[in-house]
Amino acid sequence: MRSLKISWTAQALIVLASLLVLLIVVLTFERPPIRSSQNGFRGTGMEQVQNPRTARQVVARNQVPAAPEAADVDGDKSSTVFENVQVLGDLSVAQFGRTMQAMTEWIAPQQGCNYCHNPENMASDEIYTKVVSRRMLQMTRTINADWSAHVQQTGVTCYTCHRGQPVPAAVWSTITDNRSGMVGPTGQNRATPAINNSSLPFDPFTPFLLGDQPIRVQSTTWQPHQNPTDVRATEWTYSLMVHMSQSLGVNCAFCHNSRAWGSWEQSPPQRLSAWHGIRMVRTINSEYVQPLSPVFLANRLGHPDAPNPLRVGPNGDALKVNCATCHQGVNRPLLGAPMLRDYPELNLVSRNPLRTSEAAQAGANPHN
Amino acid sequence: MTAFVTYQNIFTRIQVRPPVAYPGVELPAGHPVREGNPAFVSLFGFLGDAQVGPIYLGLLGITSIIFGTLAFVIIGMNMLASVQWDIIQFVRQLFWLALEPPSAKYGLQFPPLREGGWWIIAGFFLTISILLWWARTYRRARALGMGTHVAWAFAAAIWLYLVLGFIRPLAMGSWSEAVPFGIFPHLDWTAAFSIRYGNLFYNPFHALSIVFLYGSTLLFAMHGATILALGRYGGEREVELIVDRGTAAERGMLFWRWCMGFNASFESIHRWAWWFAVLCPLTGGIGILLTGTVVDNWFLWAVERNFAPAYPSLWAPIADPALVQGAPR
Repeated sequence: MRSLKISWTAQALIVLASLLVLLIVVLTFERPPIRSSQNGFRGTGMEQVQNPRTARQVVARNQVPAAPEAADVDGDKSSTVFENVQVLGDLSVAQFGRTMQAMTEWIAPQQGCNYCHNPENMASDEIYTKVVSRRMLQMTRTINADWSAHVQQTGVTCYTCHRGQPVPAAVWSTITDNRSGMVGPTGQNRATPAINNSSLPFDPFTPFLLGDQPIRVQSTTWQPHQNPTDVRATEWTYSLMVHMSQSLGVNCAFCHNSRAWGSWEQSPPQRLSAWHGIRMVRTINSEYVQPLSPVFLANRLGHPDAPNPLRVGPNGDALKVNCATCHQGVNRPLLGAPMLRDYPELNLVSRNPLRTSEAAQAGANPHN
Repeated sequence: MTAFVTYQNIFTRIQVRPPVAYPGVELPAGHPVREGNPAFVSLFGFLGDAQVGPIYLGLLGITSIIFGTLAFVIIGMNMLASVQWDIIQFVRQLFWLALEPPSAKYGLQFPPLREGGWWIIAGFFLTISILLWWARTYRRARALGMGTHVAWAFAAAIWLYLVLGFIRPLAMGSWSEAVPFGIFPHLDWTAAFSIRYGNLFYNPFHALSIVFLYGSTLLFAMHGATILALGRYGGEREVELIVDRGTAAERGMLFWRWCMGFNASFESIHRWAWWFAVLCPLTGGIGILLTGTVVDNWFLWAVERNFAPAYPSLWAPIADPALVQGAPR
């Protein structure tokens, strides 16, 4: 019998193909061990998976900075001592100083006080970041006061999102699909990290986390012709859900029994928290962040000490908040550390209307 | 030639190399001749027969290839246009790109080309191409004096294709119900389809389709393994052994009778395999056609018919927060 010889070319091709397969396997799959925990009734497949190796990295990434010593609440109110104190006026002078120090460490540790203040005149509003931070303080207060359905008693501080950076790591701006030519806008089919590189609609945030487009797509009865939503609308919802799953580092079964996504009776209680979270983010974006767009547009290159990234998106809108902004890959931001407890000053923020300032006026008319 | 040792392999180790390539049986009068000079390729021989060509083109084959190429090029050009004619992005994002059907507002009308018109044209050409290719498989089988089993199996697949892209959209009154052309986009569409219609796993025809799909692979593995294992006794002459059982057939059947008490015959195993394969898209197509037209939420449908089990809750039940008075939208 004549044994068949494989030619050198064929051998080389086989070796190359094997290397390619090996490369794909190594780059695609996660190195074990993978631990799973059962969350739902047996047989429903409701479980969460975790790799202890990456879990350790997550813990390291989510350490809370040590809180400075508590400040004396007695003494003069800062509003009576300093000029132009609009939202922190109810704090004592010691509390005021402590808050300023903490905010510097949370948001602009490298840039320091001058990131927001003119050192010649600390009361001046000429630097836009000071105007923004006032509104952000009010936003923090709103989240902690009005949205305990989502943040419970853990609450949030500036650090929950900022993590020592002037601009939080995970933000978004509206992407308008205004393709011209042969292919019209579809809003999808583009590898986008914010939706886990799926080919789903790449901006689920504008309709759902800025606007209040309906998210629910499933029918509440099996009879047809009563539910006008279609598969394409479902893709938008799916995209938002993929983003939530990725932002929280959990899979679908964290909030849903996947056999009946829409059924509240079968959903774990986390879904309730997530439902309020979506509404909370809508409020944050529509009442706090988006209205600051003119201010950011007037300062689109950012602060000279922290020039990156651009402070507005391609449409000139402010960089907004989604689930990842706070959660950053963890189902409870900062692993649930009750950071707010150490900063009672944040609960004294006044939510009264702000007086207009130079920077805000400049923002209202970006051409001057 | 002592071939029996090397025949025990997963990959073909034997390559038949006659002195002159086999041109095929004489064609009936009126048929054009087969094209191309036959050649032998070792690499092809590992996978199948080493002889490549001649190929019969004919009118059906050529028109099918033309229409198929048109559809392929239209889809490709749309994908290329969607990345602003950037070849590098086209290659990088190829799996993400798609030609999407029209949006729901156009119903069954012909939309502007850039908003789904190209999808209708590409789908039309692709359908023409597939139907012509079906006619080709039928006519070539007849020309060779064969049965038309291949053509009817192909027709089963075409049924599913037509349900997804043509019949169901017609029934729903909108081209937007159809599947996009694209690698990941059609997979995302599939997942979204199941989500929208309340979980296709509770669709009994989907269940049947899966049975036949997995059943096909099981039967294929059992049959392929049996024949390869019988190679040393001439088991590859399985069709002759249907009527003239030799030791290979007897051993193969005895093996399965020992293992599971029952066995297919050398003839019936092929009918089992054919029907499993054909029923997979047939039942699947029925399931798709009923979705949205007759049943809008398969899970709720299954609950009403008592075949979706209820599970004990491991947590305090939560109510729909949107139903609370004064809840945000």
